Amino acid sequence: MVSEDKKKLLFSVFRFNSETDYLPYYDKFEIEVKPGEVVLDILNRIKWEHDGSFSYRRSCRHGICGSCAVKVNGKATLACKDRVSDLVDLFGEELIIEPQDKSRAIKDMVIDKGTFWKKYDSVKPYLVADINEVPQAENLVSPEDAEKIDEADYCIQCGNCYYSCPAVEVNDEYIGPSALALAYRFNADVRDEGKRDRLETINEIGPGIWNCVKCFECAEACPKELDPIGKITRLHLQTFEEDMAKDNVAVRHAVGFKPSIEKHGLLDEGELVRYSEGNIGVLKHVPVAIKMFKKGKIIMPWNMPQSKNLDEIKTLVKSASTAKFKGK
Amino acid sequence: MSKLKYALYTGCTARESTPELLMSTMAIAKELDIELVLLDEASCCGASHLQDFDDQLSLTLNARNICYAEKLGLTMVTICNTCQLNTAMTKERLDSDPKLKDQINGKLAEVNLEYKGTSEVKHFLYALIDDLGIDAIASKVKRPLTDMQIGAFYGCHNIRPSELHHSSNGGESSYKPNSLDRLIVALGGKNVEYESKNKCCGFHVELQAPQTANRLSGTAILDAIDNGAEAIVTPCPLCHLRMDTQQAHISQEMGREVDIPILHLPQMVGIALGIERSKLGLKHHVSDVKFV
Repeated sequence: MVSEDKKKLLFSVFRFNSETDYLPYYDKFEIEVKPGEVVLDILNRIKWEHDGSFSYRRSCRHGICGSCAVKVNGKATLACKDRVSDLVDLFGEELIIEPQDKSRAIKDMVIDKGTFWKKYDSVKPYLVADINEVPQAENLVSPEDAEKIDEADYCIQCGNCYYSCPAVEVNDEYIGPSALALAYRFNADVRDEGKRDRLETINEIGPGIWNCVKCFECAEACPKELDPIGKITRLHLQTFEEDMAKDNVAVRHAVGFKPSIEKHGLLDEGELVRYSEGNIGVLKHVPVAIKMFKKGKIIMPWNMPQSKNLDEIKTLVKSASTAKFKGK
Repeated sequence: MSKLKYALYTGCTARESTPELLMSTMAIAKELDIELVLLDEASCCGASHLQDFDDQLSLTLNARNICYAEKLGLTMVTICNTCQLNTAMTKERLDSDPKLKDQINGKLAEVNLEYKGTSEVKHFLYALIDDLGIDAIASKVKRPLTDMQIGAFYGCHNIRPSELHHSSNGGESSYKPNSLDRLIVALGGKNVEYESKNKCCGFHVELQAPQTANRLSGTAILDAIDNGAEAIVTPCPLCHLRMDTQQAHISQEMGREVDIPILHLPQMVGIALGIERSKLGLKHHVSDVKFV
């Protein structure tokens, strides 16, 4: 929608009332959109001018309360921030407005965020510290220390990252990018004393950091651009810094790159799987490995390729490596 | 136009479990008159896992790899999305933080290398599309993929985070990518529209969360199949490994038989250019490519 004029657009809007409807349906509204209007203007117009029963959450209208998050053509959107014209540029003139998670719809755009909040609470997203009730001086945080939080405190809990996360979609346990970004936010706070406690919570395979699939959907979805996956990476590093990384398949998989690179420059794929799974665990991969072997996809140890100038790599692995893992 | 010349960072997979990727890349480069200089000195990029354990080591190794492209004065091309991500992310961090760059160069000095930041890093897909051009490729098609319905599967690490990749991927939208689709059409095929084309295959949690991995790749493959795909093409060998070698597990998890050939990007181009089957390594697939 490059032109400065108003433009009529067709919006398909998800409708569902969990108390009366068996299945959801889509209502179509033709709405004249002015340049610069945001998705929330459309939601308001639907309610005020077309159907007073249309339900959605909204509050601040300034990108701060995180209430009005919806999906437009599958893209996580903060309704009060995302311009309709930008979405038209991306998806064309037929826009589909849906709640963040259709399977949790209560009414239209309003979803049950209970699980989201429960997972959020599980990381103690608040400052854990003994507070002197009669402080004698200010509790100062230097700008350098504040910087370590690295914008994780910008999170408005809109849930856009959480409801865009494919790992959350297929794994009910996974606590997801929003709670993890908040865990990082408080772990990085110099006043906080709950770091080890939080790392304990987020360190388990199933609910924790090792179930992030590294797809970067959260980084794309965040309206505050706080890069949740970047914070998840920092949490990974913290588990090693605090010597809390567990001796499990996921941890060994991250650690196992180093010995392989030191030996060959390249990654020895087969050896990494053995190192990660252990000598018994690796057996479950044998059927696929046989199929791959038959197709010339398995390199035998004696044929393992090596990087040229391997001495440089060996020197750098010794000199640049800072991390430790005692499990192996 | 002068001959295109790049430094090729193969990554580990193309030298081990997907030899067909390296074979087909070299074969189509020859056919398209692109010169690729192999960076044999390069190490593993850490595959987005080493950085979870040892950030400085990951940065140093990736910076060293780029140094070798810089020495040649060439743009580095990658043939793996995750290599692209790790290399581009290292470059972005070092180029935007002089202190960090000095720190890493301090390490590289021990082996007489210096990271300068002079070489671009881009995936081969975008070298083909943006540097060579779709028309130039189309003009060399000898065996058009007529009537072939192909689903493009983009892989996360070429398109997200979009801010990182936009300088090297022609501004590809992470929500509505189309470069591979356009390429399929240029090669005479029919691109399949399906929602999962920009989704995650789950490769990176395959060991600790096989169910997650199988559900994610299963959902994407079935989405492509249900929309008519007879083959899927991907620019990423990790997506390829997941989707090609794990179809039995995926079928089990999804409760539906999955049997579809998965092509590497250069294999698809090679087929249309009329390159013979053996040079494209089609025998190296676990899920057979029968139609060629």
